[in-house]
Amino acid sequence: MNAHVDQDAARTGATRRELVVGTALVSGALLVGCGPADLLSVGAKTEVGAFGPFIRIAADGAVTVFNKHIEFGQGTHAGLAAIVAEELDADWSRVSVEQAPANAKLYANTLIGVQGTGGSTAIPNSWMQLRKAGAAARAMFTGAAAAAWKVPEAEITVKDGVVSHTASGKSAGFGELLEAASEIAPPEEPKLKSHADFTLIGTDRVRRKDSRAKSTGEARFTQDVKMEGLLTAVVAHAPRFGAKVSGFDDAEARKVAGVVDVIEIPTGVAVVARSTWAALQGRNALKVTWDESKAEPLGSAEIEAKYAEWAAGKGALPDKLKWETFETRGDAAAGGEGEVFEATYDFPFLAHATMEPMNCVAQVGGKGGVKLTVASQSPTLDQMNTARIAMTLPGSVQIENLFAGGSFGRRANFQSDFVAECVHIAKKVGKGTPVKLVWTREDDMMAGYFRPLTHHRLKVRLDKDGFPAAWTHRVVTQSLMKGSPMAPKGIDSSTVEGAMGSPYLKATPVVDGQVLMPELGIPVLWWRSVGSTHTAFVMEHTIDQLALKAGKDPVAYRLALFEKAGAGRHIAVLKLAAEKAGWDKPAPAGVTRGVAVHESFGSVVAQIAEVRIVDGVPKVGRVVSAIDCGTAISPNQIAAQVEGGTCYGLSATLHDEMVVKAGAVERQNFDTYPVLRNSEAPTVETHILPSTNPPSGVGEPGTPVIGPAVANAVLAATGKATFRLPMIRA
Amino acid sequence: MATSLEINGRMVQVEAAPDTPLLWVLRDEAGLTGSKYGCGVGQCGACTVLADGAPVRSCSLPVSALAGIKITTIEGLGGTHPVQEAWVKLDVPQCGYCQSGQIMSAVALLAGNASPTDADIDAAMDGNICRCGAYQRIRAAIREAAVQSRA
Repeated sequence: MNAHVDQDAARTGATRRELVVGTALVSGALLVGCGPADLLSVGAKTEVGAFGPFIRIAADGAVTVFNKHIEFGQGTHAGLAAIVAEELDADWSRVSVEQAPANAKLYANTLIGVQGTGGSTAIPNSWMQLRKAGAAARAMFTGAAAAAWKVPEAEITVKDGVVSHTASGKSAGFGELLEAASEIAPPEEPKLKSHADFTLIGTDRVRRKDSRAKSTGEARFTQDVKMEGLLTAVVAHAPRFGAKVSGFDDAEARKVAGVVDVIEIPTGVAVVARSTWAALQGRNALKVTWDESKAEPLGSAEIEAKYAEWAAGKGALPDKLKWETFETRGDAAAGGEGEVFEATYDFPFLAHATMEPMNCVAQVGGKGGVKLTVASQSPTLDQMNTARIAMTLPGSVQIENLFAGGSFGRRANFQSDFVAECVHIAKKVGKGTPVKLVWTREDDMMAGYFRPLTHHRLKVRLDKDGFPAAWTHRVVTQSLMKGSPMAPKGIDSSTVEGAMGSPYLKATPVVDGQVLMPELGIPVLWWRSVGSTHTAFVMEHTIDQLALKAGKDPVAYRLALFEKAGAGRHIAVLKLAAEKAGWDKPAPAGVTRGVAVHESFGSVVAQIAEVRIVDGVPKVGRVVSAIDCGTAISPNQIAAQVEGGTCYGLSATLHDEMVVKAGAVERQNFDTYPVLRNSEAPTVETHILPSTNPPSGVGEPGTPVIGPAVANAVLAATGKATFRLPMIRA
Repeated sequence: MATSLEINGRMVQVEAAPDTPLLWVLRDEAGLTGSKYGCGVGQCGACTVLADGAPVRSCSLPVSALAGIKITTIEGLGGTHPVQEAWVKLDVPQCGYCQSGQIMSAVALLAGNASPTDADIDAAMDGNICRCGAYQRIRAAIREAAVQSRA
């Protein structure tokens, strides 16, 4: 399965599901090979009410929607609840959201197979599931009312949580009919509304349910967990990737007031204390010696140089490492007439740098079983990794899922790294004592799981009209999947998604795209928009340079290529963005515009960025965005994701760069790892393409487009292209 | 050792060594977890509280420096402060982790400047990182709160 999609089919929505599945599998929390959800839920004790696993209705008629996904900012607290409320015809003001427990069977992501959030699938995979859940519950109320009032069910209407029969003048709230409705068998295939009948979905009424709690300090994050007898642990971690503890002296650490224990675990030495500050002081007093014999010897500079050599065909490849084809058409070796464009692009390692550093609360060994209280992006993975350490059934591991202070991909990994570390400590502490693992910012940055350092090398031959006739593309990057339960048989498409399947390649008669995936001791992971973090930049910035060579307008040049590729959705968003941005009118004095269009996670985004060059660096002002994400559930939150995704992408474009030297992380806090701040943040306008297709991803597609849009504006202003990110090096 | 602090209008006795940063005293001793840990070095602003009305980074301020100073945390705003109302109205938060700090910086800005310019907002808010990138709504909510506060 890969992210390649037929554009003609995608235009009709016919392969949308396939596409979403593809990207979810390569970028989500994926687990084929780990066993079916049925087996993974053995041992779970999840109570399910009359209205199924997603809906609870209280005696006063208030509706609670259970969110099987994590809420880490992307707005599931708005969108998922709205899907249920729409089909249930609930009173939106009386709908609230609760996090669902961990249960791989009841709460599996329908596109991934187990419970987890990734690949921008929270809304797409829940769309039909929650519509059916809401519609089935509605049918239970209409059935109960028809029986009670002895009227035909077809004549009964439901609006804002009130069930009515106009002819008889009878009406009742959900609360009044609750008992009778609970006795009705839910229909297996309830009748769903047509788009024309939606009264909530797609309106500005669909807003976040958590904004107030997050504006008062009441929202509960893992960092905030309080429990009777809670101990706090911090861990002395290895200074280099691959180093191990060889010995430690804890005499001084144990003298620190509040320190309870010092424990060796596989990833370092944990100091367990009665407060965070005591644990930190204890760690300061701890002396650990490290065995660095197997530590990663390389740093970013050497890796970047080696990648460039390999892509240029120089230097021998390590054993077993070989180029793999991701897209091929025609004979690239045949050559031909026409102007040739050549370029290389370099992208650094990136930290996710979530505002809340990784942390976890675990209890092992008590009467209550094994329990995690944590913001879990992949409950099933976290259950499996916890069960392996605590020696229990994965399904029996309870997870109370909390708000996460950001993730951007970081919290879902095959090792459940920070969760596993906490479980190791809690197991040694034992007796069910709650242990909160706290990572400092430095711990978080040093742990790795970076967006891989990546090199691209391109050679494009143009035809007589200035369009690509032959496109040779080499990518060197670490695989996100190698060694995982999801390791693909062929290439790991998450490394090249966005180049692979690009409409520009489809419009090019001869294509030779290959990827090289070396192994390093530096752990890497999906980072908001995954492969598109680099492929979108390469494709879109290259296209502007080709348009410049051809003497063509960048929008017109793209439209012509999209026409050739039959990329109708790309055409629609680009035209909309160009119209809203006034592309055909002169830009304000001192401003240049840059355009980019990219498809990821089933959605297509076009952006036009207005840029001024101030003291030699780009200052981004207005950014006009157009997105086709299928049916829009919450326009307000789609805009929020495009705004936020743009900032996340702009941060990487301007500033973000993780530097590794001899296997050690050089940049450990925001003083040396600058990120985008308020004064640099653009004002983003979001225009949503009307659509009745199923909803596609929204959390990630806003991220990869801004980089090339800004680089293209800089190219227009200065004539200089950008071949390495970030633009401003610390 | 016992230290006496004035937090949100109440005198609070806490058990903490004098060099303990205020943030950990607020969170672990006083039970006020609205102020967040983000970096520990005063770079991200997630821990911002007010000290006699001025925004300070509580992660880098030892409790020994706070005798006689009135501390206000997010919990001390009461939940319906015009800045909080503007935050809710515009759905500013995404993950929400940085928002207590953002709000405290905004409250301090508006307390001293009822009609901040865009440049004033930039200057006052650049110490608060939001990785979700809610910056545009943060700016809009500050303008909204300024209007509501003047009304």
